Amino acid sequence: MKFKLINFARQLGLMLLVIWTVVTLVTLLIEIVPGDPATVILGETATQEQIENFRAKHGLDRPAFFFSYGEEGFVWNGTDNRYADYWLGLLSGDLGNSMRTDRPVIGMILERYPSTIKLAIAAMLVAIGIALPLGVLAGSRKNSLVDNFTSVFALLGISLPTFVIGPFLVYIFAVKLGWFAPTGSLYPEDIVLPAVTLGAALSAILTRMVRSSVIEELGEDYVRTARAKGVSERTVLFKHVLKNGLIPVVTILGLQLGVLLAGAIITEKIFNWQGLGLLLLEDGIGKRDYRLVQGCVLVISVTFIIANSLTDFVYRKLDPRIRLS
Amino acid sequence: MSRLAYIGIVIAALFILAAIFAPLIATHDVTVIDIAMRYKPMSSENWFGTDSLGRDVFSRVIYGARISLQVGISVVVVSSIVGTIIGAVAGFYGGIVDKFLSGYLFNVFLAFPGLLLAIALVAFLGAGQGKLIAALCVIGWVGYARVMRGQVLKVREYDYVMAARALGAGNLRILFSHILPNAIQPLIVQASLGMAGAVLSEASLSFLGLGIPPPAPSWGTMIEEARQVFSSSPHVLFFPGLAIALTVLAFNFIGDGLREYLDPKQRAR
Repeated sequence: MKFKLINFARQLGLMLLVIWTVVTLVTLLIEIVPGDPATVILGETATQEQIENFRAKHGLDRPAFFFSYGEEGFVWNGTDNRYADYWLGLLSGDLGNSMRTDRPVIGMILERYPSTIKLAIAAMLVAIGIALPLGVLAGSRKNSLVDNFTSVFALLGISLPTFVIGPFLVYIFAVKLGWFAPTGSLYPEDIVLPAVTLGAALSAILTRMVRSSVIEELGEDYVRTARAKGVSERTVLFKHVLKNGLIPVVTILGLQLGVLLAGAIITEKIFNWQGLGLLLLEDGIGKRDYRLVQGCVLVISVTFIIANSLTDFVYRKLDPRIRLS
Repeated sequence: MSRLAYIGIVIAALFILAAIFAPLIATHDVTVIDIAMRYKPMSSENWFGTDSLGRDVFSRVIYGARISLQVGISVVVVSSIVGTIIGAVAGFYGGIVDKFLSGYLFNVFLAFPGLLLAIALVAFLGAGQGKLIAALCVIGWVGYARVMRGQVLKVREYDYVMAARALGAGNLRILFSHILPNAIQPLIVQASLGMAGAVLSEASLSFLGLGIPPPAPSWGTMIEEARQVFSSSPHVLFFPGLAIALTVLAFNFIGDGLREYLDPKQRAR
C-alpha cells in the first residue's frame, strides 16, 4: 500500500512538474516574437502613444521573468514581472485578455472548447466503429481478401493527410450526393464528415492494432481449449479474444485523444467547424493575438497531459501484469 | 527486405531525382502567372492542368518535391544529431542524468500533442523555411533520443564495452568509439519514418498557412489553394495530394522494411 502511494505521488509530482514547465514555455513564447509585439499587432502606422498604451495594458512594458540578462549582465527584476502575473492569473482561472478584443481569453476558449471535444469524441467513435469489426475480420481471416483490403485501407489512412481526405469526402458526400453540408457546425449531422476525416488516420492505426491483437490472441492456449470444448467461433472471437486483445487498444485510444485535439485544428479549418482549433488558427494566429494563442496552446497541452496520465493510470488498473510488476 | 520496402525505395528515389533535376524535368516556369490559363484541365501542354493563377501544376509538384525533401532532410539530420547526443548521454550515464533527461525533459517535449508546439513556435517566430525547419526540429528530436537511449542502455552492458573500460578508455571514447557505432541501427529506421513525418508536417503547416509562404510551390499550400475549387477542378488538389501520399508511403515502407531487416528475430522467419 505504502509503495503504491509513493508511486502515485511520484507520478503526480512528475505530471505537475511537466505542466509547470509547459506553462513556463508557453508564457515565454511571446519573447521570441521578432521585434516588438505591440508594433506587430498595431501595425506600422500606430503612434508612439498607442504603442505605449498597448504595452502598458498588456504588461509588455514590464520584465518577462524574475531575472533578465542584458548589457549589465544578470539583473534581478523581482516579483513584478509578466511570468509571475501569468501564474497568479492562471491559479485563479484567468488566462489574460485578448490583445485584439480585450475579452477574457478563458471565456473565448470555453465558448469553443466543447465543440472540439465533441468532434474528438465523435472521431474516436468513428475510428472504433471502423477498426473493431474490420480488425477482427482481418485478424480472424489472415491473408484473405478482407485482410488484404484492410491492409490497403490502413496504409491509405496512415499516408493520406486529413487535408486531402476532407475535401475528397466533401466532394463525394456534400457536393455530388448532397447528403451533408460541406462546412459549418450548426446542425447535428454536420459533425459526420469532420468526424470521419479526423478519425480516418486513427481508424487505420486501430485497425492494424486490433488485427495484430486478434492474430496474437487466436494463437493462445485458451482459444484452443475453447474451440476443443465446442464453443462457437463467434463466441471465441467476441467473448474471449476481443476482451483480451482490447487492452493495448484502450491505451492507444487514451493517448490518441490528445493527438485528436491537436489534429482537429486542420479538420476544423477544412469544415469551418467552430472549435478551439479554428479559434487558435483564425483569431489567434491569423490576427497575431498572442495572448489568445498562449491560452489555446496551454489548454490543449494540459488536456493532453492529463489525458495521458489518466490513460496510464487506467491501463495499470486494466492489466494485472502491469499492476503486479 | 520486403517487397513493399523495395517499392518504397523506388518511389523515394524517383522523388529525390525529381527534386534534384527539377529545373530539367519541369515543363514550365512555376512563378509565371497567366490568369487566362487558370484551372485548365489536364492536357498535352499542361500534364496536370493549371491552378488558380494559371501556373502549371506538374511543374509546381516537381518543385514542391524539392521543398519537401529539403525540409525533410534538414529536419531528420538536425533532429537525429541532437536526439542521438541527448539519448546517448541519458542512456550512458544513467542515474540522475537519465532521470532528468528521459523522465522529465522528454516528457516536457512530448507534452505538446502532434504539431501543436511547432504551430505555436511558427505563430510567434513568423513564417519562413528556416523557422519551419527549426520548429520541426524542436518537436522531432525526442523520437531519436528515446530510441538511442534504449539502444545505449542495452549496448553499454556488452562485454567489449567492459573490456574497453578495463583497458582504461575514458567515458567519451567508450561512448563515441564503442557504443554509438553499435547502437546506430534503429536510428536508420527512425530516420526513414522521421522523413515521412517531416514531409507530412511541412505539408500540414503549409496547409495551415504557417509553412513555406506563397508563391513557393509547397504541396500543402497548393492543396490549401485548391480546396475551394475541388469540385470543379479536382486536378489542382489531386496531384499534390497524391505526391504527399506517395512520398509518405514510400518512407514508411522503407522504415518498416528496415525494421524487419535489422531485427534478427523477424528476419529468421
